[in-house]
Amino acid sequence: MQADKVETDWAALVLRVRDHQDKAAFAALFRHFAPRVKAFLMKSGADAGLAEECAQDVMATLWQKAHLFDPTRASVATWVFTIARNRRIDALRKARRPEPEDLPWGPEPEPDQAEVFEAQQETDKLGQALAQLPDKQRALIERAFYGDLSHSEIATETGLPLGTIKSRIRLALDRLRQQMS
Amino acid sequence: MTIRHHLSDQLLMAYAAGDLPEAFNLVTATHVSLCDECRARLAAFEAVGGAVLQEADSVEMSDASLAACLDRIEQMPQATHRAPMRRAGCFPAPLAGYIGGGPESVKWRNLGAGVKQAILRTGRDASARLLYIPAGQAVPDHGHRGLELTLVLQGAFRDDADRFGPGDIEIADEAVEHTPVAEAGPACICLAATDAPLRFNALIPRLAQPFLRI
Repeated sequence: MQADKVETDWAALVLRVRDHQDKAAFAALFRHFAPRVKAFLMKSGADAGLAEECAQDVMATLWQKAHLFDPTRASVATWVFTIARNRRIDALRKARRPEPEDLPWGPEPEPDQAEVFEAQQETDKLGQALAQLPDKQRALIERAFYGDLSHSEIATETGLPLGTIKSRIRLALDRLRQQMS
Repeated sequence: MTIRHHLSDQLLMAYAAGDLPEAFNLVTATHVSLCDECRARLAAFEAVGGAVLQEADSVEMSDASLAACLDRIEQMPQATHRAPMRRAGCFPAPLAGYIGGGPESVKWRNLGAGVKQAILRTGRDASARLLYIPAGQAVPDHGHRGLELTLVLQGAFRDDADRFGPGDIEIADEAVEHTPVAEAGPACICLAATDAPLRFNALIPRLAQPFLRI
């Protein structure tokens, strides 16, 4: 595993883009994520030219929507994935995908560092668990996320530790509901 | 709202991955809008997407791509804040967006016995429609081919085995053959989606099927 995955605080870089339009922070994010987004889109069936073009769009969207990123809810990788997924759906003319209702829990100006760390750790742990799955099972999950499977082909048992993530988000939602009522 | 019937892992993962037909996306987004449990499960599946992206190989970007991207950002118009579609009555935002409002804005068509439906405009690989079922009437065509999702928005329906109230989703496939009936009280309004033409068990609706586009 590359050292930068565990040592770089990607969320802090996004916040520097958000607060200071920091081009150096953006460049670091770009160098890390753009090539992955490009690979992701090529696996989804885009040719190299389209994938490169769309990867630039995805990174430009990251800049433009930095104020919407909540690092206590999702890691940067997860957020970038959702932007890339939506770009893929548009670019490859896939089915329109309405989003759930927004919740009034917009990002805090000063997110709780422990929660940010937790969200990042979860993605790292998931990545490790994914890498340790039997090849066939891992390939099936990857293909689902590349948009290469229909819903009926998706295996319900992923073998991944999703319970902790679900519980953490559920608690945050319960807290939010209490504040709202 | 106490929700007892939830989305399956299969549907949530497919929605997270962007693998569903539009009609199922709409039902999923509408249920998640009502259900914190499924919203949290969806977040977990999106995190799998993040892990897949993080672990993926990378393909080198061209040398000039960062500069080109920064140029593009300079030229982008300021992000405009589009007012998000709001919930309208018992219709959560994603559904209200399709209707352009709440239940009062639906252009219903009568199916007889007070039962009404409205077919929504979605991609052709699956269809979505709203159903309006007065108390005591049967929910139309509940023999299934393919997959059918029925999400209750108002009122409730029940069959021999179970009750489905507001926010509950029934996930039915070929194995399910039953006749759910709308409960006493306010009319039952459901959002239903299927990836197969529905089969009718009653004679009249079967004849009507080609004309109803379902």
